[in-house]
Amino acid sequence: MDRFDKKESCIEVQDLTMAYGSFVIQRDLSFTVNRGDIFIIMGGSGCGKSTLLRNMVGLQAPAKGKVLYNGASFWDSGPEERKNIMRRFGILYQSGALWSSMTLAENVALPLSEYTRLSHAEIRELVSLKLALVGLAGFEEFYPSEISGGMCKRAGIARAMALDPDILFFDEPSAGLDPISARRLDELIVELRDSLGTTVVVVTHELASIFAIGDNSVFLDAESRTMIAVGDPKKLIEESRDPKIRNFLTRGNP
Amino acid sequence: MDINFDRTADDTILIRIGGNWNIENGLPSTDEFERVAGTKPLPARIAFDTTQLGDWDSSLLAYLSKLTDYCGQRSIAVLRQGLPEGVARLIELASAVPETKDARKERHRTPFLARVGEAVLYAGESMGEMLAFTGEAALSFSRFIRGKARFRRADLWLLMEECGAQAVPIVSLISLLVGLILAFVGAVQLKMFGAQIYVADLVGIAMAREMGAMMTAIVMAGRTGAAFAAQLGTMQVNEEIDALKTLGISPMDFLVMPRILALVLMLPLLCLYANFMGILGGGIVGVGLLDISPIHYYHETKAALSLMQFLPGLIKAVVFGVMVALSGCLRGMQCKRSASAVGEAATSSVVTAIVSIIVSDAILTVIFDRIGI
Ligand SMILES: Nc1ncnc2c1ncn2[C@@H]1O[C@H](COP(=O)(O)OP(=O)(O)O)[C@@H](O)[C@H]1O
Ligand SMILES: [Mg+2]
Repeated sequence: MDRFDKKESCIEVQDLTMAYGSFVIQRDLSFTVNRGDIFIIMGGSGCGKSTLLRNMVGLQAPAKGKVLYNGASFWDSGPEERKNIMRRFGILYQSGALWSSMTLAENVALPLSEYTRLSHAEIRELVSLKLALVGLAGFEEFYPSEISGGMCKRAGIARAMALDPDILFFDEPSAGLDPISARRLDELIVELRDSLGTTVVVVTHELASIFAIGDNSVFLDAESRTMIAVGDPKKLIEESRDPKIRNFLTRGNP
Repeated sequence: MDINFDRTADDTILIRIGGNWNIENGLPSTDEFERVAGTKPLPARIAFDTTQLGDWDSSLLAYLSKLTDYCGQRSIAVLRQGLPEGVARLIELASAVPETKDARKERHRTPFLARVGEAVLYAGESMGEMLAFTGEAALSFSRFIRGKARFRRADLWLLMEECGAQAVPIVSLISLLVGLILAFVGAVQLKMFGAQIYVADLVGIAMAREMGAMMTAIVMAGRTGAAFAAQLGTMQVNEEIDALKTLGISPMDFLVMPRILALVLMLPLLCLYANFMGILGGGIVGVGLLDISPIHYYHETKAALSLMQFLPGLIKAVVFGVMVALSGCLRGMQCKRSASAVGEAATSSVVTAIVSIIVSDAILTVIFDRIGI
């Protein structure tokens, strides 16, 4: 941890408003994700967490506002620069989004064969390692349709980690996982951050993970359509007086 | 289900609910209540007495939430103490999350002129999208030529098998039958002049120049174009295309280019094959029905068809290949995120493909006529 300057910002979101057509999902979001942080995006379902992620990773242009990576505004950059920024991302989609015509091994191998000069044998080894990390050793030759939803999720995580990206975005990584796998996943996320210095942005509503791994967080509220809190979730639960946040963080029994 | 309303002195309506409430007996209307609540002096609160209540289900809940809504709008207080505990909790739950107002899609009738205007704007927009897509495909093709396009060779081979070898049976059947039909129609006329032998010319030239390419393209539009649209559409639904984009791999290079290549390579081959099957079909009619000897039919066909006669058909086949693949991929990539959208994508890919086949056929026929091939 000491290797990384805690104050150095990695992602800055400034006055972001996101909308589908004229239907505004969230407005005036501003927060900073520091390098090496595990940053939690939380909020009730349907409040726009996935949409925020899509805006951050460059799949959907914000209606207003900026997303800065190391000071460079993503949406104001040219296509080549954007591609370079995106190259440093690893993304887990909410539904896994594994390429259905490829086996798990091929799914994880594709980023490796696109962006590295590794040989086939080396890629195979790396793929097996990544799959083993998420608890899927031995499932290399399975197609996504032949495994369960939780396993697809984990394979998606293996694919997101394939290139050892600088920033990992996880959309509800532990939804659909059993408690043991979910805890192992939390350990994996912390380990990736500690050993590789990866910055991790996690959308989740698992309270256990929020408190176990989160360094910083933003809370989106569906009703007022904006963020109502930023900060370390462990501090939020102690200090926040907002009933919505207290309710969320204590599962409604304060 | 029994409902009685009692106006007690202190501006309260006491609602007595009794009997068994079953959804199969329908929902009671709130008219009676509204009449009672609407008479002056206006009530300030309502209370419930449910001591006579038997079994109940959602019909009671629906009735009560309608009452609650009505009272909410007129600021009449609702005293829930009289309700069974379960009912009170469920109503609490149902009203816990306020309705998101502007999320509800409003259905309103647009006037005729506005609809025409919208349709025209939409047509213009989709024309633009089509052109943009064609342009992107051209850029992607130039990357392919320079060896910079990234896709998996294995995918290309698989696609070539899917839209080549696997299409042979259906193409055989269709083109054989088209040859038969052409020969039949021609024979009826030509027999009147005793010129049956020219059936060979008719079938040969029609297949080689026109029908071979056209029929193959239409079969492929229904078979392969729709499959492309459905595959890409499903990938869109599953966020698989997003996953490619964020990896920095262009879906154009990775998914669209191999499909266009496979069809453009395979359609001319299928077309040549269809030409021969059509001529064979013509031969069957000639030999079987018109008493032309097989050798005679063969020589007549050979005399009528110089190699140059195959050129227009082959050029058309290449163009149709591009059209079918482009429309399939375009509709697939435009697909929204739902199962019904995938169905629409498949349908509209076939329509787009067939329209563009016919239009480009007309244009090409005029061009070939002008330059004399
Ligand atoms: N493609 C879309 N078109 C219109 N509205 C959408 C679309 N996708 C999501 N929404 C709306 O955006 C809101 C937030 O969705 P999402 O970001 O998926 O929520 P979550 O926080 O559960 O991940 C929802 O209210 C949903 O109705
Ligand atoms: Mg979501």
